[in-house]
Amino acid sequence: MTSLLLNLVLALTWGAMTGSFAVENLVIGFAIGFLVLYVAQRRGGRAPYATRVLEVLGFVGFYLWELLLANLRVAHDVLSPRPMSRPGIIAIRLDSRTDAEITLFANLLTMTPGDLSIDVSTDRKVLYVHSLYLFDIEEARAEIEEGFEARVLKVMR
Amino acid sequence: MINLLVAAVVVTGTTFILLAAIGVVRMPDVYTRMQVSTKGASLGAGCVLLAVPVFFGDVAIGVRALLIIIFIFLTTPISAHMLARAAYIVGVPLWEGSVTDELRGRYDRVTGELASPDEEEGPAGTA
Repeated sequence: MTSLLLNLVLALTWGAMTGSFAVENLVIGFAIGFLVLYVAQRRGGRAPYATRVLEVLGFVGFYLWELLLANLRVAHDVLSPRPMSRPGIIAIRLDSRTDAEITLFANLLTMTPGDLSIDVSTDRKVLYVHSLYLFDIEEARAEIEEGFEARVLKVMR
Repeated sequence: MINLLVAAVVVTGTTFILLAAIGVVRMPDVYTRMQVSTKGASLGAGCVLLAVPVFFGDVAIGVRALLIIIFIFLTTPISAHMLARAAYIVGVPLWEGSVTDELRGRYDRVTGELASPDEEEGPAGTA
């Protein structure tokens, strides 16, 4: 987060130095700042900030793809003559601990394949989710716990 | 060429919104309706808003469109969550075709606290 701010400051500095705050110029400044941070933070062969940016971008791509698949599936469901869904409410064990993690996970989940988060238990151990496609309850549960939540947490931590 | 691309994206977006509207009519209960309307409508609106800056070719419009997309994706899941939770608390029933309801009996009517499933029973056990 601090590195991102630093990168923005570097972009603005670039704009001030070159005397132009046009969007194209700021983008160039941001790219150069990104490279500078990549080189400057490279200790022991690993650049935390750059790697994290790539991780977040990878997650955004994965997420948009899931979003598209979710919508095509729901669209198919809406148009088929007989309802094909098997809805229900299941409990998802939470590995997320902080408010930010739970909020992000629950909201991202609401936007993906047929899931809608309803509430978090008071002791924060469990998230109750309404799901459209419970053909196999345990499988659906595992898919969210081990697949989706693990990916969200990997980006958050 | 660019106009064709813009048209394709806008038509895709409005199709998703139309599907969401049909879904609201066809789905059997509140929860499934929320499912259909939140996802379809936000993706549809996102598509339309993505096409707008390409059509106008203006950075200021592009930045605003991007901001609107971000706000839609920030707020839609929260409102969906609040509506579904409120519906469950006031006792709107699930569709009779629903396979399971692990939330049943978990709310404390007095304190409003929500219990998690008992550990020995395992999360599959329903109350």
